[in-house]
Amino acid sequence: MHQNTATTRYANWVIRHPWISILCSLALVAAAASGARFLAFKTDYRVFFSADNPQLLAFEALEATYTKNDNVMFILAPKNGDAFSADTLNAVKTLTEKAWQTPYSIRVDSLSNFQHTEAVEDDLMVYDLVDEDLNLDDAARQKIRDIALAEPILLNRLVPDRAHVTGVNITVQLPGEAITEVPEIVAFARSVAAELKTQYPNIDIYLSGMVFMNNAFSEASQSDMQSLVPISFAVMLVTLGLMIRGFTGTAVTLMVILFSILAGMGMGGHLGFPITPPSASAPTIILTIAIANCVHILVTLLHEMRAGREKKEALVESLRINMQPVFLASITTAIGFLSMNFSEVPPFQHLGNMVAFGVLASFILSVLFLPAAISLLPMRVRQVANDDSHLMHRFGDFVVRQRRPLMWGMMGVVVVLVASVPRNELNDVFVHYFDETVTFRKDADFMTDNLTGLYNIEYSLDSGEPGGISQPEFLHDVAAFTQWFRDQPETIHVISLTDIMSRLNKNMHGDNSDWYRLPAERNLAAQYLLLYEMSLPYGLDLNNQINVEKSSTRFTATIETMSSNELLALEKRAAQWLKANASHIVNPEGSGTSLMFAHIGKRNIISMLMGTTLALIGISFILMLALRSVKIGLISMIPNLVPAAMGFGLWGLLVGQVGLGLSIVAGMTLGIVVDDTVHFLSKYLRARRERGLDAEEAVRYAFRSVGMALFTTSVVLIAGFLVLSLSSFELNSGMGLLTSIVIAFALMADFLLLPPLLMLLDKKPYTTADKSNNSDDAGEDTKEQSHVHV
Amino acid sequence: MFMSDILTINIKQLNRTGLLLSLSLLLPIGAYAETAEQKGLAIAQEIERRDTGWGDQTASLRMVLRNRHGQESTRRIRSKTLEVIGDGDKAISIFDSPRDIKGTAFLSYTHALKPDDQWLYLPALKRIKRISSNNKSGPFMGSEFSYEDLSSQEVEKYTYKYLRDETINGRDNFVVERKPQYKHSGYTRLISWVDKEMYQPVKIEFYDRKKTLLKTLQINEHKQYEGKYWRPSHMRMDNHLTKKSTDLYWENYRFNTGLSARNFDRNSLKRTR
Repeated sequence: MHQNTATTRYANWVIRHPWISILCSLALVAAAASGARFLAFKTDYRVFFSADNPQLLAFEALEATYTKNDNVMFILAPKNGDAFSADTLNAVKTLTEKAWQTPYSIRVDSLSNFQHTEAVEDDLMVYDLVDEDLNLDDAARQKIRDIALAEPILLNRLVPDRAHVTGVNITVQLPGEAITEVPEIVAFARSVAAELKTQYPNIDIYLSGMVFMNNAFSEASQSDMQSLVPISFAVMLVTLGLMIRGFTGTAVTLMVILFSILAGMGMGGHLGFPITPPSASAPTIILTIAIANCVHILVTLLHEMRAGREKKEALVESLRINMQPVFLASITTAIGFLSMNFSEVPPFQHLGNMVAFGVLASFILSVLFLPAAISLLPMRVRQVANDDSHLMHRFGDFVVRQRRPLMWGMMGVVVVLVASVPRNELNDVFVHYFDETVTFRKDADFMTDNLTGLYNIEYSLDSGEPGGISQPEFLHDVAAFTQWFRDQPETIHVISLTDIMSRLNKNMHGDNSDWYRLPAERNLAAQYLLLYEMSLPYGLDLNNQINVEKSSTRFTATIETMSSNELLALEKRAAQWLKANASHIVNPEGSGTSLMFAHIGKRNIISMLMGTTLALIGISFILMLALRSVKIGLISMIPNLVPAAMGFGLWGLLVGQVGLGLSIVAGMTLGIVVDDTVHFLSKYLRARRERGLDAEEAVRYAFRSVGMALFTTSVVLIAGFLVLSLSSFELNSGMGLLTSIVIAFALMADFLLLPPLLMLLDKKPYTTADKSNNSDDAGEDTKEQSHVHV
Repeated sequence: MFMSDILTINIKQLNRTGLLLSLSLLLPIGAYAETAEQKGLAIAQEIERRDTGWGDQTASLRMVLRNRHGQESTRRIRSKTLEVIGDGDKAISIFDSPRDIKGTAFLSYTHALKPDDQWLYLPALKRIKRISSNNKSGPFMGSEFSYEDLSSQEVEKYTYKYLRDETINGRDNFVVERKPQYKHSGYTRLISWVDKEMYQPVKIEFYDRKKTLLKTLQINEHKQYEGKYWRPSHMRMDNHLTKKSTDLYWENYRFNTGLSARNFDRNSLKRTR
């Protein structure tokens, strides 16, 4: 074949100039890897949202209008279970004081600095609920307790009705300039917690909040890189040891893998990608896929050498046979990963691009560096008594004989599984991205179980005119909305301006509880607010709740941890209620971190469908071109498409919930599962075209020549992605597990479904017009086959 | 009080100052041994000395608030201040806009170290309410100015340290560090640039409780009144953390208009128009 002659010439050149080849490879790797210095761990959940994400934009607008709401939440859990004991209140006071030292803090809220208002004759007394000079005797503590548990701002936000724990909330405004901001705050908060712990040994302290969630993203990435990458290397060494059984091959493969990872990650650095939990899994994925390329080349090499060929000759032969399929496999895998550029979630785009670069690098390295290095190193081959291919020989026979039952059986399995795909529902609980081994998850769970929620929906409620927040009609609507939200079973806490307004009205009427209602007049409401604002200390003002024009107010509902579907449903209910009942609120729209994550799952699936379809079209086109057959190309689409559908079907039966991490699996696995098809079909076609075999014999030939390699590479891939399923980050572990399942199904489809299909649909004999050109190949194939029979 | 004498330090302790000065003159190496702290204090006292004797003052003020989003909001206020020797000034602020707080009047008696006395007259309620709160470090009317930025700056409110000389826009300045003595202050220190010719601050940096730069105040377009007292026409406060800002535009300064303590008692609040 024309291409093979070119390949042979290339292979001979590489082996004659091993040092130049190695230097070229190293130079390429060094150029790409030099970008690694730009890589940094990103500590901001916002990295999951593209700059033009509508929910992010809405949320940023809200934050620009009021204040940011990144926070650190300290939860104090006294062992005696009393948040109002003198010991706990003193601890809260101490902590509140220290909390002001938190880097980037703009506000601290606690039981102790809550600005209690009280009427004493004609005075409005505004004071810290736990005043510093206060003697915390029983009476004083009882009063504090009564006030706190009756205060809607505090109850279920900083103290639960059981009053067994209490929170101190620090609001921070991250400048977003340095990557060290979050770790700085986390380190500070942890040191304060440790200090407090020694001072108050009878109080347990938990740390939660957005800052800690941000930090968990980077800590998850780091721990993934530290634990999973070594495990993957161990898995790889075991696999290689079993398959290649030699030091040189293993060592060279190790280098190819290492260089591929460096190149892939380095290119990511050049492109300015940050390290996030998804992109932190890139090394493991590159490693897994790079092995496959090396294995194909090494297996043939060893095969040839066992058959008595000299090493260099065997290298040339291995490159000749493998160049095209390895190239095709690499390019299709890269396309599959590049389809992740359609994702709504930038970290997935980063992952896709890093892996695509790594895979392309691994291709170049396995056809340039690997043969050159092996030609320089000593390599011995142990004679193996029983060639593994014997097994494949028998398996091929079995598939040919049982092709009908196999095909119908497989079809049945496929239909059942595909029918189960709709059982999956989109269900993301972003707190559960972190599993229970992550401290943040444990602390967040403790907080949601004992104090308050981590999820919230925020609204900027707009009155439509400057100063309009004092309009009685507007306040009435806001109060009704507040009540509606409080009546929802999912609601834990609501922050609403109307609570403050009602309280002030009561204070202004001698603390008469009959007056705990909204002021009836606009001027009155505005003047109360002015009076209140004039009384508030540093950091406890209303700027986080009222905009500068006093035309709109922020409304925050804290809710239970729930799935994205439930959250979107709640948001919808709220929107319908507002539309029907709140005519004085202009265009209210829910916003906030929880909703952002809830929306992104759906958006990502839609965008990934597009990306996956394009990748499928591209890959099928390449296959048709490379296999030089439209019919075979079309047949190949079945084993290419079916595995992902089967995988999601099985997932639907076993789990039933898909989140953000799984929405990328179809596109990603497409490129990988195609490899098996490519290798199988290229051998099948070689047998049909060059040797004039019929479909049955060509299937047997394909099983004998690549069956074992496909099986072993699939096992490697499955093992590699199973390593990812150990990740503490759900997006990675779910993705790893499902990918493993899909790859297993791909092997099944290629072994049990594709051959029967070929035998059914590809009966017509091939014209072997160019047989004379290929006599060389045919002859070698004969040899290949004869070894197999040993 | 209020704003009019932002940082126009009215030391009410001329006697003590005089004593201090004469004592230092008696020392053999007097001026040469002046520490940074002494020099800082001396600058504060000189600011105070040069701004004494104006009796009373009225002015009108436009306050423009701006958030990170670029949204703006304007408030209008008139202020009357009575110079009080021996204690902080007395001041009344009358809010003219927004409409819904029109006629609200705020009376305050500033004190150096103990909490100020404050009353607010609410026309909608037709009542005067005393505001009893230790903490006056919060924002004034939602702006980036806190009450403590705007109240009169008695010398005793701070300790001082002269840092260096610096030239801004071709004018020589003292750079002085101040640390609030008031327990509930929102700041750990302030750095002021004091124009050597006017003896008026032209720029102040505010450092918050965690000792990071929180806000910067630019004090611009000073004019001299009565041939003696310098007053700014524009001030701008930038909050570096929240990126919000507030501009104050001062107009119609008048001095010695004949106001007396009677105009600054509680009952006067209701009469204020």
